[in-house]
Amino acid sequence: MTPLLQVKSLTKRYGPRIGCADVSFDLYPGEVMGIVGESGSGKSTLLGCLAGHMSPDEGQVIFDTATGPRDTLRMTEPERRMLSRTDWAYVHQNPRDGLRMGVSAGGNVGERLMAVGNRHYGRIRETATDWLGRVEIAADRIDDRPSAFSGGMQQRLQIARNLVTGPRLVFMDEPTGGLDVSVQARLLDLLRGLVREMGLSAIIVTHDLAVVRLLADRLMVMKSGHVIEAGLTDQVLDDPQHGYTQLLVSSVLQV
Amino acid sequence: MEDYNFAYLDEQTKRMIRRALMKAVAIPGYQVPFASREMPMPYGWGTGGVQVTAACLTPEDQLKVIDQGADDTTNAVSIRKFFQRTAGVAVTEATAEATVIQTRHRIPETPLTEGQILVYQVPIPEPLRFLEPREVETRRMHALEDYGLMHVKLYEDIAKHGEIATSYAYPVKVEGRYVMDPSPIPKFDNPKLGGNAALQLFGAGREQRIYALPPYTQVVSLDFEDHPFVASKADHPCALCGATDSYLDEVIVDDEGGRMFVCSDTDYCTGRQQAWTEDAA
Repeated sequence: MTPLLQVKSLTKRYGPRIGCADVSFDLYPGEVMGIVGESGSGKSTLLGCLAGHMSPDEGQVIFDTATGPRDTLRMTEPERRMLSRTDWAYVHQNPRDGLRMGVSAGGNVGERLMAVGNRHYGRIRETATDWLGRVEIAADRIDDRPSAFSGGMQQRLQIARNLVTGPRLVFMDEPTGGLDVSVQARLLDLLRGLVREMGLSAIIVTHDLAVVRLLADRLMVMKSGHVIEAGLTDQVLDDPQHGYTQLLVSSVLQV
Repeated sequence: MEDYNFAYLDEQTKRMIRRALMKAVAIPGYQVPFASREMPMPYGWGTGGVQVTAACLTPEDQLKVIDQGADDTTNAVSIRKFFQRTAGVAVTEATAEATVIQTRHRIPETPLTEGQILVYQVPIPEPLRFLEPREVETRRMHALEDYGLMHVKLYEDIAKHGEIATSYAYPVKVEGRYVMDPSPIPKFDNPKLGGNAALQLFGAGREQRIYALPPYTQVVSLDFEDHPFVASKADHPCALCGATDSYLDEVIVDDEGGRMFVCSDTDYCTGRQQAWTEDAA
């Protein structure tokens, strides 16, 4: 089986400092990968480089496009934009970064459809309504602006907006950050359902080990820009090998 | 006339504007930046249009200036006087006789012919401006043909009002490439933008942009398959000339709710009234 995404020795420097160094991994279709680490460990830099928001200094990011595997870093800007609104999705930590706050919920979900050439209002609205339902937002809120939504609803709306074009790879940057625990649990439940149902591959950056335990098949632990440990989630969390991972796992608060 | 260089601007400035115009004509719908000059009138009074007109005028030209279709409103009168004084060109109110027409917010009803130039005054040239405030981003969107957002605006219109409620400055796509703001003309005039025999030039003074539609350019108003574009107007005949095919202004005539609808194009309306009286005589 061809990997959906092959990352080869990806390096990003900020002047003399490193953002992330020599990161390599393969991601297979339907697989969910977690990236954990403390603040400043380079996980957001890595995600930004993968999603094309930042340009890395070295390395390759090879995505299995409809026309075969291609290095996304060598693609032209229009090709990359097309990819990022069809096969890719990016869920921001703060829904305000990923949503258009001045546009109704329906418009937010419909934007990607219209961007790829959908020009039938009735069908766009139907799809938007369907997706609002799938992320548990009542259909009568379709014409409300996201600013009238609660934080959890905004995050769910952002997810609907991203998944509406049926992407194959989703990048998530702390998708549950800033939400209270019960809302977090519902969101995780929803995400897990959607990921399984749509057969999505996902890369989830988080510092919350509970999130990766629930969602991720595989786990990468980062520290100071380097991957220090990688493996199956349960294996890494239950039997951490590296000193830092051991510290991380033992730092989780137990209730 | 010795007090000014012909048509107010110095020759180097005209050269700079003409260069921008050439580029604009070569890439229909693309906004060309230009070094807009201070003009002896405030921004918003047509400084962009005036500069484009000044760069196009020759001593043999016949100039017509309209504001919302009318020849006798403040903006039209002052700009016409400006060019009479600084260029000494002949002026006219007849659309058919004019070689250069500067307009604010209308396209004349009388069909334009080859050889005529229509100059628009543009307040905000960027059609994506109210959707995306960052200039860097809107330029990138134009470069990459990333126009999904424009339809989001129309979607919002239908979601809120049940139809596309945008009635002026209705976005168009030029030659299947650039999305363009046709300046705040009513959408009734949008069909006249495409396939027009005249050269159409757009000047935005404050925003320092020039764009153009060469004669017979393909211009398509954006819409949805199930909500097609409609060139709407007030559903009345003109109270003065009886025309049913022209764009109408609503005029309040008393304080008891009385109103009348009259052609916004004064030249067209007067022409029809004269033809009437001649027929009667």
